[in-house]
Amino acid sequence: MSGEVAAPPSPLAAIRAIALNTFREAIRDRILYLLLAFALGVIAVSRLLSLLTVGSEEKIIKDVGLSAISLFGVLTTVFVGTSLVFKEVERRTIYTLLANPVARWQFIGGKFAGLLAVLALNLGLMSAVLGAVLLLRDESPWPLVPAIALILVELAVIAAFALLFSSLTNPILAALGTFAVYVAGHLSWSLRLLADKVGSGLGAVLCEGLYRVLPNFDYLDLKASAVHGLPRPPGLVPAAAAYGLAYAFVVLVVACFAFQRRDFK
Amino acid sequence: MRGPTIGPPPPAAPPARPASGPAGAATAADPVLLLRRLRKGFKGHLGLGHRQALESLDLELRRGECFGLLGPNGAGKTTTLKLVIGLLRPDAGEVRLFGRSPADARTRARIGYLPENPYFYDHLTAEEFLDFYGRLRGLAAAERRTRSARALRRVGLEGRGRVALRKLSKGTIQRVGLAQAIQHDPELLILDEPMSGLDPIGRREVRDLILEFRAAGGTVLFSSHILQDAEMICDRVAILDRGCLRSAGRLDELVSSRIEGYEVTLRSAHPATLPGTVVARDGEHCLVRVADLQELGRLLAAATEERGEVTSIWPKRRTLEDLFLREIGRPPEERR
Repeated sequence: MSGEVAAPPSPLAAIRAIALNTFREAIRDRILYLLLAFALGVIAVSRLLSLLTVGSEEKIIKDVGLSAISLFGVLTTVFVGTSLVFKEVERRTIYTLLANPVARWQFIGGKFAGLLAVLALNLGLMSAVLGAVLLLRDESPWPLVPAIALILVELAVIAAFALLFSSLTNPILAALGTFAVYVAGHLSWSLRLLADKVGSGLGAVLCEGLYRVLPNFDYLDLKASAVHGLPRPPGLVPAAAAYGLAYAFVVLVVACFAFQRRDFK
Repeated sequence: MRGPTIGPPPPAAPPARPASGPAGAATAADPVLLLRRLRKGFKGHLGLGHRQALESLDLELRRGECFGLLGPNGAGKTTTLKLVIGLLRPDAGEVRLFGRSPADARTRARIGYLPENPYFYDHLTAEEFLDFYGRLRGLAAAERRTRSARALRRVGLEGRGRVALRKLSKGTIQRVGLAQAIQHDPELLILDEPMSGLDPIGRREVRDLILEFRAAGGTVLFSSHILQDAEMICDRVAILDRGCLRSAGRLDELVSSRIEGYEVTLRSAHPATLPGTVVARDGEHCLVRVADLQELGRLLAAATEERGEVTSIWPKRRTLEDLFLREIGRPPEERR
């Protein structure tokens, strides 16, 4: 029997191990395949949709393809992400996991990294199919890459929210909360409009406050400009990516604090 | 940091093992675990109501001993173990694990834990599960393979590592849980109801495993309500009831060394006239219980006088079950 002393695991090793397990769990989940098959189906038949509508076929293929990537990415994030922490607690697998030399923030970090890896793989597959459809029509898919990259950043923000809600409540409420953030994040411009209409007072302050606190997903939405080939301000993509990643980081920190204080009865 | 390795049954005397390694601030003489005035309560649903799960618990666990936490359901055993591991935070009091807080992740590298009725990842096989935990414990790939195979062999699951966990029975899952608990050769094994869900053979194997672990110098803290198992493997026990410590001490002091009377089987024509209490009778043969040595002397003298025949004399010792039932049956105001 060996009696050698193992080095204490590095923080990254624990995060990597939990991420790998999360990735394994997700890719062995049938829901993921169902969503992915549906998304790939929509992208593959986007050419048929283009025949039924008025306008440039390529643009409609790109528009439908990018929308499908975004929508199914969000659905995957919500379905997989909102149950990640809850399942560990509900099934009590977290008892033995946290009895190891693993800090709670590492657990949240690992779950996030694993989920992000699943989303990236998902996004990569969907993008590859869209790219193949475009290449078959002698259309370059490369102008869509910045838009797809920012979809991944948006999914990272939504994944962080999904983990935060999953750390606090059950999957149904977590899914509702995450969807609410997704919708509110895409309509945050309307809060500014509302604040202008209200004028002054508590309502205006509330609208302005919410506008500033909620994520601004429009900032990360380059789909229209990518489809129509519109010019973009220089530095927009890296700035938007930095904004999204910083936002996801802050939400994850909040999730870690919430999880740190939790008792496991 | 490395704890005992489980192998063939070693000699009975446990060797002293020094505490060392990254979290080894404590010396070998320090207690492995110290609980001081530990209190924990839980709020009810929607924050209404309050249930006191643990009431000012003091315990000390020494290196190399096997300590049994006994009590009926709801006594506070699992709560105590969760506080020790850091899954729960105490309302008051202190937990020192190897001289440190259990919140210190490095401290937890030195323990192996098996929860009550464990459930592990459905999507993994036993080998993948152990590999995952080996990674969390910082083991290198080759070491993970070696240790996982050894742990599975030790719990009787050799050759079943590639079966998905969802296909395993409750008892087999319990064995996988034990395998993960001993995979990294921890210094302290914390087992919550380790015998539950196991058949008699499984129970025997777990008992042997615990005894081997302790004999190799490891420390064991386990909870159980199966008193027979505790009686066979524990050095010390504590009896908890409704969050209160009712009795604690060395098992031999608490139970087997106390003679609480004698049971005498004899043949007598007039058993009703004998000193003591006749507890069973079959014709002239009867079983008489006497309280102490003096009464035993009087009984033997009376039997000799009437030319009776004494068949056997058994000192009656208090069993753990007797102690347990007496402590649990005591009203709360008589606690401690």
